[in-house]
Amino acid sequence: MTAVIDARGLGKKYRRRWALSDCTLSIPAGRVAGLVGPNGAGKTTLISLATGMLAPTTGTVTVLGEQPASSPAQLAKVGYVAQDTPTYASLSVEDHLRFGAHLNPGWDARLARKRVEQLALDPTKKAGKLSGGQRAQLALTLAIAKRPELLILDEPIASLDPLARREFLQILMESTAEHELSVVMSSHLVADLERVCDYLIVLVDSRVRVDGDVDSLLASHHLLTGPRRDTATLPASQQLITESHTDRQSTFLVRSTEPILDPAWSVAGVDLEDLVLAYMSGASARSQVRQPASAAAQVNR
Amino acid sequence: MIEFHLDSRSGVAPYLQLIQQVRQALRLGLLREGDQLPTVKDVSGSLAINPNTVLKAYRELEYEGLAAAKPGVGTFVTKTLSDESIAAHQQLAEDLMIWYRKARAAGLDSESIDAIFQRTTRSALQEEAV
Repeated sequence: MTAVIDARGLGKKYRRRWALSDCTLSIPAGRVAGLVGPNGAGKTTLISLATGMLAPTTGTVTVLGEQPASSPAQLAKVGYVAQDTPTYASLSVEDHLRFGAHLNPGWDARLARKRVEQLALDPTKKAGKLSGGQRAQLALTLAIAKRPELLILDEPIASLDPLARREFLQILMESTAEHELSVVMSSHLVADLERVCDYLIVLVDSRVRVDGDVDSLLASHHLLTGPRRDTATLPASQQLITESHTDRQSTFLVRSTEPILDPAWSVAGVDLEDLVLAYMSGASARSQVRQPASAAAQVNR
Repeated sequence: MIEFHLDSRSGVAPYLQLIQQVRQALRLGLLREGDQLPTVKDVSGSLAINPNTVLKAYRELEYEGLAAAKPGVGTFVTKTLSDESIAAHQQLAEDLMIWYRKARAAGLDSESIDAIFQRTTRSALQEEAV
């Protein structure tokens, strides 16, 4: 199966600062991928490169096998909802649908109308008068009604209240199932992504810290607690993510596809939020013990 | 038709929760052979969960021989868990009720009753394993 987004050594530099550096990843089709990281980590830059709004400084990126925004046909295959789900404040809901129909060759007018009815949006109401949740739903409706293969969303739910957030994710997941969409969405709200995403990319300080299938990531990370010991005594098959010590006890978060057999440890699993936070906070600690990418790949096999 | 729900604090993976709820509905007689399970689209939409999670649960149920997918129509229950159903074990339920009343009469609260039940189950499992 082809990748929906494939990046090789992708980087973007603004004046002196690298917003994204040496980004290599391949997001498989048919997934809902979560792009997470703290503010300023490079999430929006990666999305802007993937939608063709920015040109890379280094490396390459292909989306559905083609260069982003290289042709009208490529553009028609990608739905994009920018940060904070923007709409045109002075245009009515109806105007937005007409606008969408004119601009998109594959526009599904029936689907768009059905969604607007389902959401109980007043077609004559100006988008500027809608609530935040309704505006987000309108933006999502437009992106889905163009019938893309890939939907890219930049922080779509960050500014919504919990109910609007849930309703947005309900519609998003229902549409994903109905139209067999691939989805890439960025967020810094990991808890909201837990049920939604089956693929994860963690960006910290303009670099990809970890990426992969959510179930395999969760299965291969273990929290080890036991009597105090030196980090250097961990077996080579265990990649250290975070560590903390008291005078008697050591706690390690390790990545290992092999079972943890050392009886000195009590072993616990981690949830998605723990895992993401560990990679974010362990960013500086990990750089000291970081294995070369090739060695890590061998270990994981 | 049944409706799924998810407990996000249980620590049980969402696809396993879906499987457990189908099995439970079969045991309670809420689902019978021939009944349709909610469509992937409906489950994804109502619970706001990844469609692949629902597909994974349904594939597992197919593998266990409890359900079968009819392409373009949906997933249907193919087996009734009659021998496992609670109705088939009415006597056991009545025995437990007698025990429960004794425990209440002895002044135990529900937490203590739970603790006794779990400890007994564990030591029984241990005996079976030996």
